[in-house]
Amino acid sequence: MDCQSHICVNNLNVFFGKEHILKNISLKIPDKKITAIIGPSGCGKTTLLKSFNRLIDSYDGVKVTGEILVDDENILHPNIEVTHIRKKMGLLLQNPYPLPMSIYDNVAYGPRIHGIKNKKKLDEIVEHYLKQTNLWIEVKDRLNAPASRLSVGQQQRLCLARGLAVEPEIILGDEPTSALDPISSKVIEEKFQELSDNYTIIIVTHILRQAKRLANYVIFLYLGELIEQGTAEEIFENPKEEMTKAYIQGKIS
Amino acid sequence: MKFRFLKDKFFKHLMFMCIVFSISIVFLMLFGLFIRSLPILQQKSFSDIFLSGTWHPLRGEFGFAPFIVGTLWVTVVAMVIAIPLCLLTAIYLSEYAHRRVTVFLKPFIDLLAGIPSVVYGIWGVLAVIPLIRDYIAPLFGVRSTGYGILAGGIVLGIMVFPIIIQICVEVFQSVPKELREASLALGATKWQTIKHSVLRKALPGILAAIVLGFSRAFGETMAVLMVVGNVPKIPKSIFDCAYPLPALIANNYGEMLSVPLYDSALMLASLILLLLVLIFNILARLILIRVERSTQ
Repeated sequence: MDCQSHICVNNLNVFFGKEHILKNISLKIPDKKITAIIGPSGCGKTTLLKSFNRLIDSYDGVKVTGEILVDDENILHPNIEVTHIRKKMGLLLQNPYPLPMSIYDNVAYGPRIHGIKNKKKLDEIVEHYLKQTNLWIEVKDRLNAPASRLSVGQQQRLCLARGLAVEPEIILGDEPTSALDPISSKVIEEKFQELSDNYTIIIVTHILRQAKRLANYVIFLYLGELIEQGTAEEIFENPKEEMTKAYIQGKIS
Repeated sequence: MKFRFLKDKFFKHLMFMCIVFSISIVFLMLFGLFIRSLPILQQKSFSDIFLSGTWHPLRGEFGFAPFIVGTLWVTVVAMVIAIPLCLLTAIYLSEYAHRRVTVFLKPFIDLLAGIPSVVYGIWGVLAVIPLIRDYIAPLFGVRSTGYGILAGGIVLGIMVFPIIIQICVEVFQSVPKELREASLALGATKWQTIKHSVLRKALPGILAAIVLGFSRAFGETMAVLMVVGNVPKIPKSIFDCAYPLPALIANNYGEMLSVPLYDSALMLASLILLLLVLIFNILARLILIRVERSTQ
């Protein structure tokens, strides 16, 4: 790999109770590229993604071993302060979950909890990120309306704006388009491509075509094990493992 | 027509009748109480009944102000004690405590709901009243027998604990996990997440829990009656005795009915109590609708 890696995972194991969800995973995620994590459902894609910002901490009976280095800092270290890691990563979930407040407050939420109080500054931030997600024109006259009144596609873009407003370096997407209509999906995909100039993007997807369209780098997981990782061309054109080949041809799912 | 369609129709109508029956009971009660309290309403002026503070049935003076004020005071004191404690308990149980701790602790809270109100009353007399008499009242420089609004409020507050806690815990647990994740993922702390996202989402449910608690508190009779002192005077502080409406009815119904208008006056007391609860519920519902509309 010619580029620098942003996240580096070494021997990661995740257990939920007695269940061994992720088995000895080691991988590198390149900086300012789109990485797609693919694999059949239940293979641990989402768990891997949520390990990156330590959201799995909040699940009952979870045990994590190994290390995850983000900017050379082991985020699994017990003494680490979790909120600054999460601030580095915007998260987009499968379904958009706007916070129960106005459109404006949703975008201003992150900056506010990180200490920005100046109204003018907040106004600027909100406008900037709503513009960046193509939402500004649609909502500029009703910034104080509850975010729940937006369409699902708009909500997902709002969630993206909300995530970008804390100025992350990394964007995590957990099947971010699977609940959206085709047009909204397209908007989100285009945004990802644009954003990959400045952000490291990691998406979990079970749609192979989406992975092909977007990804520069692909990670294939199967039943909690890392089967293969490599550039998109390598994985899709010339996979080394039989399992990868079978999955890409649709023989296993 | 086929038999199964007839059956379908029959059950539909049967269920409708059941609904009509249960709703009509409220109106029948209101109507019945109104008819029985008509005599006093016709003979006394509005201000004599609702604004006067003198209660002398033998002299024919029936001023309800002390009872209405007493009911409100005790209820408000109870809720002021109960709401913050219950909210914090519920937040701890649903957000912070380990699953096993919640499973272990919740039965104790449920147990509180099963204690008969007389037992709460006895406990109030044995524990709360000495506490107020010997420690709390002297702290404020007041001499008190311990009986009074504060005692009633404390006992009542604890009685509504289980309702409010149970409902709040359920409401918190119904808030989607993803909403918390969305907030946490932005770098919010757990408390920021709870304060700004979970509580806001749960607000309508919390209000509903409080309303149910209030409704219970308005009508609770036995335990309160044992500790409030039952003096028919408008109370001036929370250390004063009070005489809430339910206690008035329970203490006097069946006695002294030979006194003219007494019977009618007690019916009016019931009517006022029922209307208080009703008005409070309607107001709460209106607020609830507004809140739901503004946050969703």
